[in-house]
Amino acid sequence: VRGTTGSIGYRYKWAIEEAKKNILRTHTTAVSTRTLFELAADFKPMKFFSIDRVFRNEAMDATHLAEFHQIEGFIIGPDLTLGDLLGSIQEFFRRVGMPRITMKPAYNPYTEPSMEIFAHHPILNKWVEVGNSGMFRPEMLEPMGLPSNVRAIAWGLGLERPTMIKYGINNIRDLCGHKLDLDFVSSNPACRLDK
Amino acid sequence: INAEYGTQLTVHTKFEMPTISIPKTRLWAELGFDESYTQEQFEDLCFKFGVELDEVTSEKEMQQKEKGTADATASEEEIYKIDIPANRYDLVCAEGIILALKGFQGQIDYPAFKVNVPEKPLEFTVDKNLNDYRSVLVCGVLRNITFTPERYASFIDLQEKLHFNICRRRALASVGTHDLDTVSAPFAYKAESPAELSFAPLGATDSVRGDNLKAHMDENRPTISKYFPLLRDDAYPLIRDSEGRVLSLPPIINSEHSKISLATRNVLIEVTATDATKADIVLNTIVCLFSQFCDAPFEIEAVRVRDAAGAVRVTPELGERRVEASVAWINACIGVELERAHMADILRRMSLRCEPLDDAAPDALVALVPPTRSDILHACDVMEDVAIAHGYDNIAKTVPNIACVGAQQPLNRLTDLLRNELAQATYTEVLTLSLCSRDENYAHLRRPNDGSAVTVSNPATYEFQVARTSLLPGMFKTVHHNKGAPKPLKLFEVSDVVLRDAAVDVGARNERRLCALYCGNTTGFEYLQGLLDRVMQVLDVVTVADKQKRAAAAAASIKAGGKAMPVRNSTYRCELLGAEPPANARWTFDGHGASVIVTSHDGVDTHVGYIGMVHPETVNAFEIGYPCSALEINIEHFE
Repeated sequence: VRGTTGSIGYRYKWAIEEAKKNILRTHTTAVSTRTLFELAADFKPMKFFSIDRVFRNEAMDATHLAEFHQIEGFIIGPDLTLGDLLGSIQEFFRRVGMPRITMKPAYNPYTEPSMEIFAHHPILNKWVEVGNSGMFRPEMLEPMGLPSNVRAIAWGLGLERPTMIKYGINNIRDLCGHKLDLDFVSSNPACRLDK
Repeated sequence: INAEYGTQLTVHTKFEMPTISIPKTRLWAELGFDESYTQEQFEDLCFKFGVELDEVTSEKEMQQKEKGTADATASEEEIYKIDIPANRYDLVCAEGIILALKGFQGQIDYPAFKVNVPEKPLEFTVDKNLNDYRSVLVCGVLRNITFTPERYASFIDLQEKLHFNICRRRALASVGTHDLDTVSAPFAYKAESPAELSFAPLGATDSVRGDNLKAHMDENRPTISKYFPLLRDDAYPLIRDSEGRVLSLPPIINSEHSKISLATRNVLIEVTATDATKADIVLNTIVCLFSQFCDAPFEIEAVRVRDAAGAVRVTPELGERRVEASVAWINACIGVELERAHMADILRRMSLRCEPLDDAAPDALVALVPPTRSDILHACDVMEDVAIAHGYDNIAKTVPNIACVGAQQPLNRLTDLLRNELAQATYTEVLTLSLCSRDENYAHLRRPNDGSAVTVSNPATYEFQVARTSLLPGMFKTVHHNKGAPKPLKLFEVSDVVLRDAAVDVGARNERRLCALYCGNTTGFEYLQGLLDRVMQVLDVVTVADKQKRAAAAAASIKAGGKAMPVRNSTYRCELLGAEPPANARWTFDGHGASVIVTSHDGVDTHVGYIGMVHPETVNAFEIGYPCSALEINIEHFE
């Protein structure tokens, strides 16, 4: 199968049966893609967010469960820039209580450029990875029929990990799932991101 | 749309980021740092380039972590462990990352790799009996190479890294490296019957027959045995030289005879594969990165390969690939205004030379992509390298020029509304897992396994065999784990269950349910019924009697000459379940369960859920130890 975006692609034999196999999504970007496709039918610039569950088939330990949550935001519109992505991320993280951030070049198969987001942890006094981001690749957007000057910028982060850092929780089972202590739910203070 | 969707979902494993280890002294020496250059400065350099210094350790520390104690001879010299992005196969060895960082720092221009095609190149033939069976073969020679212990170890490690990553644990491709001076061309790659072949595999002194090879590996090299399932039982692929000596049995193992050593001067590198693209990437990466140690640096000797179909190809093919990009587009994507000449200049630090700038096409920038940059697929990859070379920190942060009105999904807004009301009714919220065991979803709720749940085809543990079709198992499990909590326990959850649905393109849909549970010294059914009444009140759904009263009051008001809002509420009622409740309701105690039915103003009945005392068998199955009652309704009806 040859694409039309001028990309050399992965150059392997693509099989639709493989693409149609069902999996429990490992990231909410899977649904963002579906949303973009539906939007393309009647395109207008928009901003979306999602806070939802994702899955992974891995050994579980103190900080990992088979299912957890991701927070994702993406903006699609004409002439968006990497600078717009940097600005949006800066503002978002300022509002969740992480004003000091920096970006590192990274890799995602579906974004180019890609950036990992690092925040400065005041107590640990080091830079900690808090999120991932990027500009969706043309090979992803153009087949949807979106105009060629329309670009999509996106960023995402996990929900459980920053929560555990903020509240000093060491075991993810203390935070969600059926093994948590109900007393934790009823006695935890309100979440004040600005404090 | 393919109607054959299975209802099995596969939970996928995560792809790992490779890590390479390099002694600090080597990094400092090759990158030209003096003693005053700090670890923090190196971390910063890595960060700007796009790799990450993960850990600083030492041989001694690594042994202690692995075995508990370190050998007396273990070195304490600092080793830097660097994380590499998954698509950069050119960076998974010290030689590669050092070459790239030297370029990034402007110390060198990235080398131009050259292929020497001799007048009489070495010949390699792929037999047609390999068709459909690892039939791809590419090959190259490094002439007059000088190995040091460090380079040798790196050479082996690079092959292992590539085997694990791009070769997908050797399934797609595998590498064999041989001392060219111990074998003679032409070479033949052919499938042979295991019983009829025999050779001394790497590390063995005696020959092993093909049909005994697996047993030999199980005993002597157990880590290699796991690759045998990649082969057919009746035919093993084999590479032999002109004298019939075996070079390798891909993807399992090379021969003892042709093995390379520190003294090896001429290396034959063959890559066999099922995927031609991967084969080229693997070969090109290895020969390019190690060609710097040849007497004629960055030169690779070609081999002529005749494939299974008889076509001839001279490999490796190392031409620079032209990728055209628009200067205006690059600037627009990044949000900067760089001059074309400046872009071409800074791209050199990212191993990308550009074609001489053509005044007749002022917007065109043509990058010449070296054979080691298999990650460059499209002009956007060049655009990213411009952004990295410019420095992400140097890009002005702006806010997108789009004005939108934001909103929540209506179902989520309703969910949050109900959650607040339930909490105000003094019920505590829980957030449980959507995957559970088959028993938790069926048997413990006293219902048969009717296949209504989506099943996970490869669960790592029994804890996630199916996606839940009810919120009750999670609720009951929470009670079980909080047995010591003061009674009564009053819990709720408003979340999704997953139901198989052939009408949906993925074969399943989510349904938003509200579930509440009371657990105490009594079932507390009356409290739960009161909660249901409250939920309905919040949703403006009334009892039949209440509606009649309101309608009568409205009618009287109109009759007296006033005005009244039309009474159009839906109503609800609980219908006692009979002796044989439906499968979904068998968790209720006989005669103490009811169906919750909502009737629209037009008189259409919808069953939205069940309420009841929990059956003792279910209480015992979840090991709760106290009476409970529960309710679960589908709130999508009220969206």
